[in-house]
Amino acid sequence: MTNITAVDEPSGPRPSKGFNPKRIVIYGIIIVAAMYYLLPLYVMITTSLKGLPEIRVGNIFAPPLEIITIEPWVKAWTSACTGLTCEGLAPGFWNSVKITVPSTIISVLVAAVSGYALVNWRFKGSEFFFTCLLLGSFIPYQVMLYPMVMITAQLKIFGTLWAVILVHTVFGMPILVLLFRNYFASLPQELFKAARVDGAGFWRIFIQIMVPMSLPIFAVAIILQVTGIWNDFLFGVVFAGTQNYPMTVQLNNIVNSTQGVREYNVNMAATILTAAVPLLVYFVSGKWFVRGIAAGAVKG
Amino acid sequence: MKKFTVVAAMAAAMMGSTAAMAADLEVTHWWTSGGESAAVAEFARLFNETGNTWVDSALAGSGTGANPVIISRILGGDPMGATQMNTGRDAEGLIEAGLIRDLTPIADEEGWKDFYADPGLFDACTYDGKIYCVPVNIHSWHWLWLSTAAYEKAGTAVPKDWNEYVASWPALREAGVVPFGLAAGWALNGIPGVLLADVGGPDLYMKVNQDHDAEAVRSPEFRKVAEAWAALRDVVDPAEVVPQFGDVANQLLAGEAAGNIHGDWIQGEFAVAGATPGVEYDCLPGLGLTNRIEGGGDAFYFPVLPEGTAQDVIDAQTALAKLLVSKEAQVAFNLKKGSMPIRTDIDLSTANDCMKKAITILESPEGLLPSGETLNSSDTQQQLDDLNQEFFADKSFSVDDYIEEYASIIEQAD
Amino acid sequence: MTDIGRSGAMGRPVEADKPPGLLYNIFVRNITAKIAASPMVAIVLIVFIGCTLWSVWFSFTDSRSLPNGDFVGWAQYERLFSARRWKISATNLLTYGIFSLVFTMVVGFLLAVLMDQKLRFEDGFRTIFLYPFALSGIVTGLVWQWIMNPTLGLQSTIRGLGWTSFTFDWITNTDMVLYALLIAGTWHGTGFVMVLMLAGLRSIDGEIWKAARVDGIPAWRTYLQIVLPMMRGVIVTTLVIVGSGIVRTYDLVVALTNGGPGLSSEVPAKYVINYMFTAGNLGQALAASTIMLVAVFVILIPWIMIEFGPKKAR
Repeated sequence: MTNITAVDEPSGPRPSKGFNPKRIVIYGIIIVAAMYYLLPLYVMITTSLKGLPEIRVGNIFAPPLEIITIEPWVKAWTSACTGLTCEGLAPGFWNSVKITVPSTIISVLVAAVSGYALVNWRFKGSEFFFTCLLLGSFIPYQVMLYPMVMITAQLKIFGTLWAVILVHTVFGMPILVLLFRNYFASLPQELFKAARVDGAGFWRIFIQIMVPMSLPIFAVAIILQVTGIWNDFLFGVVFAGTQNYPMTVQLNNIVNSTQGVREYNVNMAATILTAAVPLLVYFVSGKWFVRGIAAGAVKG
Repeated sequence: MKKFTVVAAMAAAMMGSTAAMAADLEVTHWWTSGGESAAVAEFARLFNETGNTWVDSALAGSGTGANPVIISRILGGDPMGATQMNTGRDAEGLIEAGLIRDLTPIADEEGWKDFYADPGLFDACTYDGKIYCVPVNIHSWHWLWLSTAAYEKAGTAVPKDWNEYVASWPALREAGVVPFGLAAGWALNGIPGVLLADVGGPDLYMKVNQDHDAEAVRSPEFRKVAEAWAALRDVVDPAEVVPQFGDVANQLLAGEAAGNIHGDWIQGEFAVAGATPGVEYDCLPGLGLTNRIEGGGDAFYFPVLPEGTAQDVIDAQTALAKLLVSKEAQVAFNLKKGSMPIRTDIDLSTANDCMKKAITILESPEGLLPSGETLNSSDTQQQLDDLNQEFFADKSFSVDDYIEEYASIIEQAD
Repeated sequence: MTDIGRSGAMGRPVEADKPPGLLYNIFVRNITAKIAASPMVAIVLIVFIGCTLWSVWFSFTDSRSLPNGDFVGWAQYERLFSARRWKISATNLLTYGIFSLVFTMVVGFLLAVLMDQKLRFEDGFRTIFLYPFALSGIVTGLVWQWIMNPTLGLQSTIRGLGWTSFTFDWITNTDMVLYALLIAGTWHGTGFVMVLMLAGLRSIDGEIWKAARVDGIPAWRTYLQIVLPMMRGVIVTTLVIVGSGIVRTYDLVVALTNGGPGLSSEVPAKYVINYMFTAGNLGQALAASTIMLVAVFVILIPWIMIEFGPKKAR
């Protein structure tokens, strides 16, 4: 376990004390890089706070000089029109939650169990299945759309939450199984062997030994899935049924309308609002993300 | 599907016994921008007046936004009540699979073919002699839009046709005006077809697009078209290309750009800016060269609903199909949409001068040329778009190569 | 590792008494594990193999918007390989892919090394580098389209400051547009690579640094010659994740350039999706996706055999 907690501490060459030119250069590079990474966020936020006339004449890097207005945010959330309904992003938010929560839970559990079975309970052909999964991650998922429609229609779940959960479970598999497999492989095997000798079965070992040791990698998997599922447009709208259109549908409608006046400020506010959940997840759990990756992906 | 029955039953229960006729009908479409949704709102309003309820399901972007969703849902057995869809070959697969409702009985009963401006509009909806969709408007790319302000700057008269316009380019450049305002991406795709029909003439247009005659592509007439296209390419500076066609409209009104070939929906932009035809801008249908315009339209399809669907819902489909082409709906919808109605027996006195010009052309028996989108499969259309995009972006792409590539696409076209 | 399966049986002395038959081995032994792994097996068999075979099969048909066409042999492939757009798309992906892979890996690693120098505010910096990964390709494309737009963005701003000859028109420049794509793509992806690399660095025994210092090896050589080879595992994982992302690049291109100007930033995934949904030529789209898959196969299979193959005991 020590290797997991230790990852928060830098391991690099020990820096010399105090301020020397080298440190200044390092901080300089890091700060410049950080500015490059922050630039788009800055543009998004300032634009969303400007009025339309100011956007038309001004340049995009200027801070809002005239009145700072939150009107675009209010409009994006409550009244931007997508087709005939002018309810903004708000209704889609809960649909996205309804899709993301169960899809994340189920896909992560399935992948965790699969990774565990692959590492600790090898069966004939398990490497073959794993290889297929890895290759699967290289297929553009859109290609699978029609066959997946037919499969879910056969299962009589097309147009329900179950269909979208299934689809996200399927397409989350390759990377999640890769992460879980690597992680479980890095855990000390003695624990597993000892438990087997004690007569513990598949599930008991998984629940009592593996899961408690695997919280970091679960965090990584959850972060990846929440981000991916929340940002997904196509599968949500095709499989989840009309009553469950996710937020990205409305975002797409607001942002991609090619005709008429483009309300850039509302577009930007809508964009940030839609990205808020995955962003929040990263801000809150970024530390866990690094820990989990450190513990899991390294021993590949 | 179950949903429909449940919703219909709920509606019936809530509205009492008189509501036997009423049902909810989900309608999918990709009309999400301001002017478009105002137009579709007219359909919804009139449909709701029949006692039914229009359940709006808008998905921006026909290609990757709406199309996959619409086809998937019909295929997966969760169809919407009605949907906008690209006409022609795209729908054939769904029709063959028996998933689209045959509208022939309604068309016969209502006498659609008698009042449609051009029966040819149904060609794209017809499969095996039966009608499967309802064209609701006519859109045309065949317009040269000209900026009054720009020609004032250049000190020359506003051109009366394409040739005069081309001749005015040097003077415009000298005056610091962009001769041809262009928006990035798809705004380019409609232009070659316009040149083909107007510079090349309707006969050449039909030979290429309908007969798929590759020799016509190799003819001197077509070379003229290709050269006009190349000339346009050479006058457009890539650095001057703007992101959206709405920006082009603004360029024209400000006199920063002099002309543009674009679909009639650009008028929506002019209207938003409060501009009037003949004052701030001018329009030349058929580029001022021909008296015919090429046009196709938007159309609605009605999927076959799953077994067990309440009769109310099917009746609601019928009601909507009839309503879309009714006089009242046609006037209300098209004035908002900026497109031409599919019937000419209605009062459009409130239409602006450009639209009136178009309606006059439409009233003549041969006024309407079927659109390239109708004549070619969307597959062929995509190949032509790809070619045109590449040609336009690469100034070293020669006219000879262009003609050869074009001919080989037409040879394989179906 | 490879002997876990056997040791599993060893854990049950009762069962170990009778000689396990073949059928017993396949179906009964560790039955719970097999049931638990069955969702994965089903997904692999039905979706990743079944659907792939499905798509390969229909690439030999003249299917239009629906998968119901007649068999036409290699016709779709002949057309694919004579299509200029496909050639452009494939070349673009190759160029973009190589640059993007090298660039994200190198920048990601360098950032990770810098982050590993006992920085103050490490959490803050890490979050800044990582947040783009939470945004979708569509959003990334949209924002960078703005910034790189010559008339709205950086170019006009810098010109406004007085440097009137400043040009930054990559997004509208046929020759440079791939690098515009690279800027946005790198912005989106390097943070994730950095975190993976940082994790790799942190998993390395601190003693190595002491030893290197004692031997007087300069820090950069320690990184290059000692640390990097030790990070093999994390690099492999990163390559898989980054590589699959590059091959599937679609959203970003659509939002940033939509393939333009002309066809100069088209990519294969966009070809597939365009022909599938816009042009209604499923056969052609699936032929293109099959070729993509074959290309990935050819590159990856030997490598996967070595890297993840069963012989490699750890």
